[in-house]
Amino acid sequence: MGTVPSALKHCLSYQHLLKEQLWIAEPPAAAHPAQEPQASGLPEYIKIVEVGPRDGLQNEKVIVPTDIKIELINQLSKTGLPAIEVTSFVSSKWVPQMADHKEVMRGIERHPGVQYPVLTPNLQGFHSAIGAGATEVSVFGAASESFSKMNINCSIEESIERFEEVTKSARNMNIPVRGYVSCALGCPYEGNVEPDKVAEVSKRLYSMGCYEISLGDTTGVGTPGSMKKMLEVVMKEIPLSALAVHCHDTYGQALANILTAIQMGVTVVDSSVAGLGGCPYAKGATGNVATEDVIYMLNGLGINTGVNLYAVMEAGNFICTALNKKTNSKVAQASFCTGTIN
Amino acid sequence: ATGGYPKRVKVVEVGPRDGLQNEKNVVPTPVKISLINMLSETGLQVIEATSFVSPKWVPQMADHTEVMQGINKLPGISYPVLTPNLKGFQAAVAAGAKEVSIFGAASELFTKKNINCSIEESLERFDEVMKAAREASIPVRGYVSCVLGCPYEGKISAAKVAEVSKKMYSMGCYEISLGDTIGVGTPGSMKEMLTVVMKEVPVGALAVHCHDTYGQALANILVALQMGVSVVDASVAGLGGCPYAQGASGNVATEDLVYMLNGLGIHTGVDLQKLMDTGTFICNALNRRTNSKVSQASCRL
Repeated sequence: MGTVPSALKHCLSYQHLLKEQLWIAEPPAAAHPAQEPQASGLPEYIKIVEVGPRDGLQNEKVIVPTDIKIELINQLSKTGLPAIEVTSFVSSKWVPQMADHKEVMRGIERHPGVQYPVLTPNLQGFHSAIGAGATEVSVFGAASESFSKMNINCSIEESIERFEEVTKSARNMNIPVRGYVSCALGCPYEGNVEPDKVAEVSKRLYSMGCYEISLGDTTGVGTPGSMKKMLEVVMKEIPLSALAVHCHDTYGQALANILTAIQMGVTVVDSSVAGLGGCPYAKGATGNVATEDVIYMLNGLGINTGVNLYAVMEAGNFICTALNKKTNSKVAQASFCTGTIN
Repeated sequence: ATGGYPKRVKVVEVGPRDGLQNEKNVVPTPVKISLINMLSETGLQVIEATSFVSPKWVPQMADHTEVMQGINKLPGISYPVLTPNLKGFQAAVAAGAKEVSIFGAASELFTKKNINCSIEESLERFDEVMKAAREASIPVRGYVSCVLGCPYEGKISAAKVAEVSKKMYSMGCYEISLGDTIGVGTPGSMKEMLTVVMKEVPVGALAVHCHDTYGQALANILVALQMGVSVVDASVAGLGGCPYAQGASGNVATEDLVYMLNGLGIHTGVDLQKLMDTGTFICNALNRRTNSKVSQASCRL
């Protein structure tokens, strides 16, 4: 019913069409540091950690050429994103997509004010990362023994010992380390995961020197209910300012879960441009939440991110074209023509 | 407040009407009837069955009489139908309808483009329906479109939404479903709009009808629940694209909504597995993929 507005009747150039979109609002003005908290009780500012080039591409079937990876990261560097996870210094035997980690690390532009963390599963990976110019690293723990065993072939305790070697070296070199806890709201093997376990692993990572703990809903099974319960327990052990959420959208719950986390005071959110990265545990299902959709929500809440949504959408368009796939971002889908009108 | 949620939420299933109306392929009558019958077995209490509108405007709903007469009407389940005017209302009642819905909008331009009159004129048309419904003891549900934005006017003032909602409520609608017609709303605009509307219409008479075109639906619904809304519209398998953004999605998927409500410990009475099976049925019949992420994810290890 009703006619289509003229703005959508003709497919203009991508950029032009974006600008015509009324709903891709400019981000709110930058918050004054001394400003009081918003009347809504929500944070003034949310730091977005862009994991597309690593977590996203790692879970894409098609191997992406090195120059495309570098171009993607360079485009993301211009969007205002404060942190972009670049690659993973893991054996190429395990993760072929990340085999070019050195070339990518050395090839990208390094913009001032932007962090470029890389994954380092062990001391060897750490040294390799530093050799290639990395200035921040991440380590990955899990709140599930089965997941730890299946993923990295050792117990949680053994993995913690490995990471302690990394954090010790990192401390000596003044390299910040971010800690991830997978399966924070459920495990593909064990099912339910106790919040106490999540808190315990988070605390170990935090005590060994990780400056931030990113709590990952690895299979996207979490809901606002389980997110709240888990955060309440973890917040007893880790200061709120050191917590991040890494939500997968496999069950469509990501934005609702992120909103819940933000309402509880979390101020760091991981996301992936164009929602890159499917779920390795549910064939054909989606994985990471799309950065565009997160920013759209945060803009609507009057929360500052420093990120230009148009620019992220362009980077998303670039990588989807290169991967010959449709974007997983609903904001991107809604914002440009995907075919002929009528 | 982040703490409080309603203990129960009434899910209003709009797939057979709003969903199918926005699907390209015309669905055969027996398939529509099977769809509604399957939905009746899931525990849903309200299933919007069809629309008594002229087939010239909405070919998908041309079989409204056959559908209304053909479905199993289970006790305890309501099967509302759209009635754009008195003629439609009379046809609906003759076909056995026991509840009807009328559609207003918070945007003048949208009303003009959609039904070729002003908001005021549209409400006058509905007055006739309200009168007849009152005489026949038929409950009427009111919809307000474009509550968080309009494809023609852009931003919509919360005051306008409140004004139209109040009018429809005063006319006798027992419930007002606030529709984010193009899915542009965010938790911010949802909260702002509801704050104003709740001054004019009791929260117990409010429902939200969110579209997921920008991926915001569940977050918007979450905020509405936090503010005390306890009636939520959704469409099985997320049926129904967006007529204003080619290729984009429309209605929020009932499966994804129920999954979230289950996780919040909110009672809906709906069996998620049966709902998913129904979604699979209609998607096969339509030869299309589901828009429900819960359904997509259910291929596990």
